[in-house]
Amino acid sequence: MLIRKPNPLTGTDIPSSEITPKDTWLDRRKFITAAAAVGAMSLAGQRLSSLLSPSEPVHAAGKLDTVKSPLSTTGEPPTAFKDITTYNNFYEFGTDKGDPSRNAGGLPTRPWNVKISGLVKTQKTIDIDTLLKLHPLEERVYRFRCVEGWSMVVPWVGYSLSELIKQCEPLPNAKYVQFISYFSGKVEKWAPFGYNWPYSEGLRMDEAMNPLTLLTVGLYGDVLPNQDGAPVRIIVPWKYGFKSAKSIVQIKFVDKQPPTTWNDQAANEYGFYSNVNPNKDHPRWSQKTERRLGLPFYAQRRPTLMFNGYGDFVASMYNGMDLNKNF
Amino acid sequence: MNKPTLITLKTLVWIACLYPVALLGYEAVTNNLGPDPTKTITFTTGLAALRLLVLSLAITPLRQLWSKLSWLIKFRRLLGLFAFFYASLHLFTYIGLYSYFDPHTMLQDVLKRRFITAGALAWLFLVPLALTSTTGSIRRLGGKRWQQLHKLVYVSVCLGIVHYWWQVKPGVTTPMTVTIVMAILFIARPALTWWKARRKNNLTYAA
Repeated sequence: MLIRKPNPLTGTDIPSSEITPKDTWLDRRKFITAAAAVGAMSLAGQRLSSLLSPSEPVHAAGKLDTVKSPLSTTGEPPTAFKDITTYNNFYEFGTDKGDPSRNAGGLPTRPWNVKISGLVKTQKTIDIDTLLKLHPLEERVYRFRCVEGWSMVVPWVGYSLSELIKQCEPLPNAKYVQFISYFSGKVEKWAPFGYNWPYSEGLRMDEAMNPLTLLTVGLYGDVLPNQDGAPVRIIVPWKYGFKSAKSIVQIKFVDKQPPTTWNDQAANEYGFYSNVNPNKDHPRWSQKTERRLGLPFYAQRRPTLMFNGYGDFVASMYNGMDLNKNF
Repeated sequence: MNKPTLITLKTLVWIACLYPVALLGYEAVTNNLGPDPTKTITFTTGLAALRLLVLSLAITPLRQLWSKLSWLIKFRRLLGLFAFFYASLHLFTYIGLYSYFDPHTMLQDVLKRRFITAGALAWLFLVPLALTSTTGSIRRLGGKRWQQLHKLVYVSVCLGIVHYWWQVKPGVTTPMTVTIVMAILFIARPALTWWKARRKNNLTYAA
């Protein structure tokens, strides 16, 4: 073949008519330098202002239209966006509180599908954008209580899970709902040893149908950051935080109590129900009090509320149940 | 080692030992202790106590390894007392910020939560060591009895490490580093003594 390969080092194949005139080239350099300088200065300005007001919410792209909800908790100042998004338990991305915000960047939130399976009329797969439009999105401010003893107040965005469940048409023998989270084995390089992934959680059918149970797609009016369980999770505010499964890829309707990850790890420490209960201690620490995040160290401590303060909405589901045995 | 060098070194070690509590104080005042400041203070003081204790236990093995490092002995008491200082801060954080000075809560915790039992005992065993840390005490007790008493430091550091492991959630392995270091130090002393004894008995050839 007589096709001449261009010499990449000397550029001898480029005709001289193509050469940029020197003054144009210098002008372009000036322009690019100036543009870079302006860019750097505005970036520095932004960083400086965010340093000066560190709890200024830095919104992700993707604002959500929300309506207020009567089920929202009032009278509690919400925790700063910075704390909600940099203090996370998402062990697939590391067991340090700061790890998920550093490492969850690889979680692929689009495309995202949730498989509806098990004891339903028809198994189907719903993509996230359909889920976002299934029902008007509400702002629900809820207390969030971790089993470790700290708590937050988060303005979540979503709608009652019951709205989705109604559309799933579960069969009459479906007694429990299981939630299975994303796990690829590839983006979760920091997952600790000895866990059975993917993360699995579950609720009794009446708990799943309770209006408080939130199919959650956002917080602070924007889509969920990866470390908070993007793009869709559930929030069950009267239970310890680990019940609120993140980054859900499958919702399965079953007739027997499903296995749940933390119960698998230590059944004597993490029960299936895990209702917030100041009278039922964790085997290794007391649950009588909790530490509210974002406050000075001398002002954090407060008493734990039964059902995290949501007893009016949920206590009746447990009438007659021994909550010390069924923890 | 001449006096000026010793004074310089001791000053540096004092500064290094005070750094964690100074940083904590600064962060408390500038509201930079993170979202859970109670946890931050507790963890920082506890980790400092454990690390300083382990460091103080590294001194004798190092001296056995290299006779040139025999001056390290002058720093062992300093590190040990600072470990006790941080352990006491850690205990005080628990008393003030976790138990809110309520004796009933504290009793319940020590009796029911095994990691708190371990921690309380770890601190308790350091108390007689701190009280007998003076040169006068070595004289009054006599070298041999003093040595016997100060063997309690091994019990204390083990309880401290167990306290750490019993506190973390399943799957969390952050106490591993200090555990491995302490394991090495535990093996180091008898290993070095044995090695030296072998050399003394000329069981190995000099090259």
